[in-house]
Amino acid sequence: MSQQYQCRIYVTLRPSVLDPAGTAVQSGLKQLGYEGVEQVRIGKYIELTMTATDESHARQQLDEMCDRLLANPVIENYRFEITTVTSNQLLMG
Amino acid sequence: MKFGVIVFPGSNCDRDVATVTDGLLNQSTRMIWHQETDLDDLDVVVIPGGFSYGDYLRCGAIARFSPVMQAIIKHAEQGKFILGICNGFQVLTEVGLLPGALIRNRDLHFICDRVPIRVENNQLPWTKPYSNHQVITVPIAHGEGRYYTDQDTLKSLEDNGQILFRYCSQIGEINEESNPNGSLDNIAGIINKKGNILGMMPHPERASDPLLRSIEGRGLFEGLIEAKMLINRI
Repeated sequence: MSQQYQCRIYVTLRPSVLDPAGTAVQSGLKQLGYEGVEQVRIGKYIELTMTATDESHARQQLDEMCDRLLANPVIENYRFEITTVTSNQLLMG
Repeated sequence: MKFGVIVFPGSNCDRDVATVTDGLLNQSTRMIWHQETDLDDLDVVVIPGGFSYGDYLRCGAIARFSPVMQAIIKHAEQGKFILGICNGFQVLTEVGLLPGALIRNRDLHFICDRVPIRVENNQLPWTKPYSNHQVITVPIAHGEGRYYTDQDTLKSLEDNGQILFRYCSQIGEINEESNPNGSLDNIAGIINKKGNILGMMPHPERASDPLLRSIEGRGLFEGLIEAKMLINRI
């Protein structure tokens, strides 16, 4: 039996890589008066659904996808979250 | 000398390259659609500037998995020449034929300008027509051209003479003021260890026609043609 999973993937620049977009947003927030904001980093958020035999298989495939295409390991880190899609959710579409 | 210019959906400097290799230098040139898989007839593959597959996700990330890529890798392994210009440079780093990555410019601007670059190593076919440390002025046009790599890779690039071009001042000084995009060590172009693959952000094809008032980029193409002739003589 295969199972459907909802996956949320977060790709962020490695800490050692300067993030000029984040710096620009930080200065924008400062201009709005949010002086307490110390560091802004901008990343990517990717959502996908997939079917797999079980969660460990889904995780293994996601790891591969991130490594090969979704993130560039030279400049980016990634992490992801997985939730099982219940048949109830499927019915509700 | 036979040139092939890869055409991805979104390539937009492909015909500029062919205008130089075929139109100005009379070298046989064919356009290669990204779904082709046989490049055995070619001496030089050029991956041109543009926005391959819309540059969605990251510049060059999707081009890496196009059908033509396996043939490009084979071409590279045979020691034949590959020139990646701008988006082509980004594609070559994504596919791992060149180290590092090209990320968003330091100042966030898309830069369209003419900048001086310094020839750092003129002992290669690409740069033989230039004198060492010659300063040439070549157009750039990119939003994500900041070269980045880790310190170990940077050191090995330097130790092996793989940094071919650096952004510089008009008189050839390498400093932060003459670095248009924040590239590590002012890097504008690098080669692989073997020296047959070159990736560069500046556009030599846009400085090859007297009509455009500069032919300072033309040496790159002429150097390759000369190299092929030397091989033929042997």
